[in-house]
Amino acid sequence: MSKFNMSLKKVAMPELDPKERVKGFSEVAIGYTKEMAMEEAKRCLQCKNPKCVGDCPVATPIPEFIDEVAKGNFKEAYEIIVKQNTMPAACGRVCPQETQCEGVCVRGIKGEPVAIGRLERFVADYVREHNLIETKKATANGIKVAVVGSGPAGLTCAGELAKLGYDVTIFEALHKEGGVLVYGIPEFRLPKEIVQYEIDEIKKLGVKIVTNVIIGRSITVDELVEEGFKAVFIGSGAGLPKFMGLPGENLKGVYSANEYLTRVNLMKAYQGGDNTPVQEAKNLAVIGGGNVAMDAARTALRMGVENVYIIYRRGEEELPARLEEVHHAKEEGVQFRLLNNPTEFIGDDDNWLTAVKCVEMELGEPDESGRRRPQVKADSEYEIPMDSVVISIGQSPNPLIKQTTEGLKTESWGGIIVEEETCETSKENVYAGGDVVSGAATVILAMGAGKRAAAAIDAKLNS
Amino acid sequence: MYKILSKKVLNETVIEMEVHAPFVARKCLAGQFLMVMVKEDGERIPLTIADYSRERESVTIIFQVVGYTTTLMSELSEGDKLYAVTGPMGVPTHINGKLKRVLGIGGGVGVAPLYPQIKAFKEAGVHVDTILGGRNKDYVIMQDRFTDASDNLYVCTDDGSAGIKGFVTTQLQKLVDEGNEYDEVIAIGPLVMMRAVVEITKKLGIKTSVSLNPIMIDGTGMCGGCRLTYDGKTKFACVDGPDFDGFLVDFDELISRGKKYKKQEEKHMCMLDRGGN
Repeated sequence: MSKFNMSLKKVAMPELDPKERVKGFSEVAIGYTKEMAMEEAKRCLQCKNPKCVGDCPVATPIPEFIDEVAKGNFKEAYEIIVKQNTMPAACGRVCPQETQCEGVCVRGIKGEPVAIGRLERFVADYVREHNLIETKKATANGIKVAVVGSGPAGLTCAGELAKLGYDVTIFEALHKEGGVLVYGIPEFRLPKEIVQYEIDEIKKLGVKIVTNVIIGRSITVDELVEEGFKAVFIGSGAGLPKFMGLPGENLKGVYSANEYLTRVNLMKAYQGGDNTPVQEAKNLAVIGGGNVAMDAARTALRMGVENVYIIYRRGEEELPARLEEVHHAKEEGVQFRLLNNPTEFIGDDDNWLTAVKCVEMELGEPDESGRRRPQVKADSEYEIPMDSVVISIGQSPNPLIKQTTEGLKTESWGGIIVEEETCETSKENVYAGGDVVSGAATVILAMGAGKRAAAAIDAKLNS
Repeated sequence: MYKILSKKVLNETVIEMEVHAPFVARKCLAGQFLMVMVKEDGERIPLTIADYSRERESVTIIFQVVGYTTTLMSELSEGDKLYAVTGPMGVPTHINGKLKRVLGIGGGVGVAPLYPQIKAFKEAGVHVDTILGGRNKDYVIMQDRFTDASDNLYVCTDDGSAGIKGFVTTQLQKLVDEGNEYDEVIAIGPLVMMRAVVEITKKLGIKTSVSLNPIMIDGTGMCGGCRLTYDGKTKFACVDGPDFDGFLVDFDELISRGKKYKKQEEKHMCMLDRGGN
């Protein structure tokens, strides 16, 4: 048997049938068996100068861990990954690998790249299912650090500092840990049990998480410093929903994606019963084209909505969502109305949404983001009956920290200004990273920032 | 944490509880609210902080049993624990000690959020008159506390069983007609009550502060579920409020949005009619 698997295609990922899977919230991608994983791992050519590692925001040692997978040493593979990436089960599932590691994989030149994401996920799942993880606590150095927010940025910063012996406490405003991993990303993409498992592993490093504490209200950043925390990392995320400012936006039936997803994911509307509900709808439109929009659309299908639309003002190529999410959404029956934009939300006398007025768009010259600018096509207005609308056009940093922390410099749109390499803010010993700095982005970028901040905090406090 | 330190039944549907919640009690101020969860997969409901004790690390909430979660809460006893109590949320009330005369108007369970504001004004040396309204004498709660916190207390009941027979707006008009002048009115109660008060005070040009409690999910500005139209713009009650200038609030829209889950709530044989009937 040759050492490498020269197949041009990735080993296929077994998935739940699209028609069946929309009846529930089970995870869509079932996962590789160990045979599949080993077969796929052999597609990696173990490049001497691997391009993939450099494109990973947390520098996961990719060829190294894949080499262990090819040999069937899954525990070793995990230990390699987790030195750099403390949440492989999540990352393997939600990273936009096509724009990162897999996007530069040499196998991708002639055929499909190595399925790095699927392999990462496989390793994390395997060691969890077989109870192979042995997390050890480092020797404590007695220095207290506070982290604001238990999402990916905060969890990562905390984990990295704990590995170095710091006494870290994460303060979380919600009643559950995980941030966007639990309130935003749906169960069928990222099972919450798995998220909790990875969080528990981080806690085993010695990290403490206190829920139901709102930094900025229950206690301010400055007060944390007064209480003896030598550094504070702010990872409070981008939880401020953007609305379009269109007429009728406050009609009953119009949700922000945050509200819709939080009701279903965090507050378990999908379990029915006495939990926080969402409105029943026959026709629902999601405005937007990113991962959050796909999540909202696919969630709506699972909540029993007959016709779910994605209304997005640009075209297919411009959709910012992860390719796999778009693909899955189409398979499940989400109806894509690309190059369309809403102009007004129409309601009845009782202020319930009944229809959405839209126009068609065409693409002109590129704008500052590099994407072709959408323009309204003349005389293309039409109305489509609708019971619910989910506005999914982006989220901005939650302004509470900025409003309650004196001397913290932010951009006009709310992003905390930091020094790029160290993540330090305009306040000494106060750091920030993730969506609160960049605006809504990805889990892995948040983790990358958490790591850089942890390294910078350690450099400062240890000197 | 979140242990119920004491429980008082104020009338057949209103309950008062003192709850141990150190992170809320250490910093909360008049006007702020908190989120309560009774159990792990239950809903989050906003309740105003009616009182607090820094020494006991506790907050006092007063709630009306109107739906599923408040029913569950009403069945708990001293010593039981709530699943989550998070706060304080919202912008604290601006207590302007330089004002001369303030009028507080509270309706139904709205008197609970009114109390800390009135108390704070009185402590700042401002003259405070208060009008409390309710269905009948049992529904005008916290009278003793308001008597201590007000220079003059006026009670109104729909059936005349206590104080004058009539609405709080009747008493408001009476006070104005008698020549009383106020720098500010604070009106807290059912939306229809606050709307009715504003209709009068707007014509008279008396600055009016209202406190809003729409349906909320997180309470930290994350979802926009509590949004309202304020001065033509969209604001979130949980982070821009809960106090707002009554003249600029679109009450009709709020009243309509408050009824959004009525059908679902009725399915659970409860009624969603926040703020007292």
